[in-house]
Amino acid sequence: MNWLHDFLLGTPGTTPSVVVGTWVAAVLTLAIYSFLYKDNPFYRAAESVFVGLGAAYWLAILYHNTLVPKLFSPLFPPAGEPVLWYRVFPGILAVFMLLRFFPKLSWLSRWSLGFVVGMYAGVNTTGFAQGDFVAQIHATVTTPLTTGGGLSIALNAAAIVGVIATLVYFFFSKEHRGPIGGAARLGIWFLMVAFGASFGYTVMGRVSLLIGRMTFLLRDWLHLMQ
Amino acid sequence: MAGFDIRQIDRRVIFTLIFVVVAWPLIAPMRLPMDVTAPVQQLYDTVEAIPEGSVVMLAGDYSPDTMPELQPMVRAFVRHAFRRNLRIVTTSLWADSPPLIEAAMTPLAEEYGKAYGTDFVNLGYMAGGTVTLLGMGASIPNTFPQDYYQTPVGEIPLMREVTNFDDVALVMNISSGTPGTREWVQQVQSRYRVPLASGTTAVAAPPFYPYVQSGQLVGLMGGLKGAAEYEMLVEAPGDAVRGMDAQSIVHALIVFFILLGNVVYLAERRSKAARADATA
Amino acid sequence: MRREIPLAITFLVGMFMLVDFFVPHHAVAAVGEELKQWGTIVIAASILLGIGNLIRVHSRKIARRQTGWGFSLVCLGVMGVMLWLGLWPGEKLGPNPLVGSIAQGTYFNWMYLNMDVPLQGTMFSLLAFFIASAAYRAFRLRSPEASLLLIAAIVVMLGRVPLGQLLTRGLPEKATLPWITETIMTYPNMAAFRGILIGAALGVMATGLRIILGIERSYLGGEK
Repeated sequence: MNWLHDFLLGTPGTTPSVVVGTWVAAVLTLAIYSFLYKDNPFYRAAESVFVGLGAAYWLAILYHNTLVPKLFSPLFPPAGEPVLWYRVFPGILAVFMLLRFFPKLSWLSRWSLGFVVGMYAGVNTTGFAQGDFVAQIHATVTTPLTTGGGLSIALNAAAIVGVIATLVYFFFSKEHRGPIGGAARLGIWFLMVAFGASFGYTVMGRVSLLIGRMTFLLRDWLHLMQ
Repeated sequence: MAGFDIRQIDRRVIFTLIFVVVAWPLIAPMRLPMDVTAPVQQLYDTVEAIPEGSVVMLAGDYSPDTMPELQPMVRAFVRHAFRRNLRIVTTSLWADSPPLIEAAMTPLAEEYGKAYGTDFVNLGYMAGGTVTLLGMGASIPNTFPQDYYQTPVGEIPLMREVTNFDDVALVMNISSGTPGTREWVQQVQSRYRVPLASGTTAVAAPPFYPYVQSGQLVGLMGGLKGAAEYEMLVEAPGDAVRGMDAQSIVHALIVFFILLGNVVYLAERRSKAARADATA
Repeated sequence: MRREIPLAITFLVGMFMLVDFFVPHHAVAAVGEELKQWGTIVIAASILLGIGNLIRVHSRKIARRQTGWGFSLVCLGVMGVMLWLGLWPGEKLGPNPLVGSIAQGTYFNWMYLNMDVPLQGTMFSLLAFFIASAAYRAFRLRSPEASLLLIAAIVVMLGRVPLGQLLTRGLPEKATLPWITETIMTYPNMAAFRGILIGAALGVMATGLRIILGIERSYLGGEK
């Protein structure tokens, strides 16, 4: 009887909004899982709710956390605070971006696209150069080969060889024959080990998501877990 | 059994097996022993070494679909930080993160007697990804002019001490995709040299090992196992530790499926070859 | 001019971002900082574009009574309710402002935590079932390379969970599954992904420069 009470009305002390919320979440969860049997209207309805909620959430968050503090407040500040008039320019670019919906004016959205693409191209060029290219090459050439014991040195040396072999594999300007072909082949072996490890981690990741939902169903809804 | 073909097992049988095998260890835990890996131990040791009263940044860049893996990481890190009297500034490059961080932090703040505005602050979400990161490098208050609750940052006591990454002892990035750890490494760690750690999904973790080896990441939690290890280190086992039993059994089942599938495949290949030899 | 002005904007903004990286002068930093704030506003508008398109597609479906228009009605209806709860200014229900705000305790937050979060979580958890089904049906030892991939996957799958520790308990440390797994991750996995990182970085740098210099123009679309 205690279990039935907890299942229907929540454990003692639980507020009504939490009880209703748990039931709503459980029904929506089971509606999605019904797809595993076969496609059905409950799943389609839950999917539509999911799409609608996601869009509304993003719109509200963008408004409160980005557009108000960065655009509307600087242009229409409270009395006594200065107007940041130059924020009207990104405002115009933002409007131009939305003109993409109107075929006759959609060419103006290219100005906004050009701004965004130029910005990303600039920051990514330097970011990848310093954060990945230089830093990773530096780490490779400074890999310790004289300290740490025999096994550690051997593994570090193998890692350096692996980096070079992988880079040779991706070098397609020369045919993969002879020594280059041998190095590329070694690169493939390193890549296969890495992709196998990635597959193992991917399985772990997907299963974890299921464990999370099952924990909710078994603990918070059905009260079958400690 | 007449008509049963192991090659044509209905996938709903496999689905049912997975359901049962996940549910059983959750209801009846086995409490299997677990080790702690070097990248997680490194992260723990780094946080332990931060002087009390320092400001750390919790950068939540994740969404609800990865909550089972990442929410335990957030809780374990926040618990560790509060226990060490570190002050936390949280930011998000993903719109989904602020309420999830809020849901994780609020009960822990109550447990440790921490006050919003002095001990921790949630700056909310800002669009822009990589561009926002660079903006933070110049000025965090200018990039996040108000917090998640629309309070101007000038009115928040903690934010008067934080201008840019020079005032942050560690950035703990909880990330499930892009923008995430890679962007933090490229735009923040490499440019401003602030210590950076990552808690990420299992899917995203393997490509970040080069960053750990190069020292660009001072620690890495990968997936539910990484979260479970950190929970054990902070002596607060939670959802991640509880989930590892189920993780173990399901992995064993999937390995069994792979091996069984290949046994069937190799047997089929051999019989096809034998039939081809017979007709030749 | 419809293509030249955007290309000029791309060049100026991109070049300034490069200059901002190398030149520490305070005037450059100040302009760069303001330009980045502009960037967040324009990127926010690009996200609004996606949401607007969603509304347009579903509205059309409802207006034309196409197959599944009922589900589009559900989608837009739920979107409307949640938007009203999150954006309606100033309306108070009871002693707390539960409407028009996104904070904890509001109806908007309740809908997010009790509807959006479980839906997202469950959608992605379906992958666990499909990966198990695919493991049985598709993962085959077709070649030596595939065999190496499979062996690495099995070692990592078992070594990364407590079961792996249990299976090899009592063996020397370097023969245990957890040690072997961590060695795989730290050395061959690290080496291969480092090679990929370096190669990808070269590609991004080249593409970035091509975009800034106007050689790469595909982002502008095909029309004149």
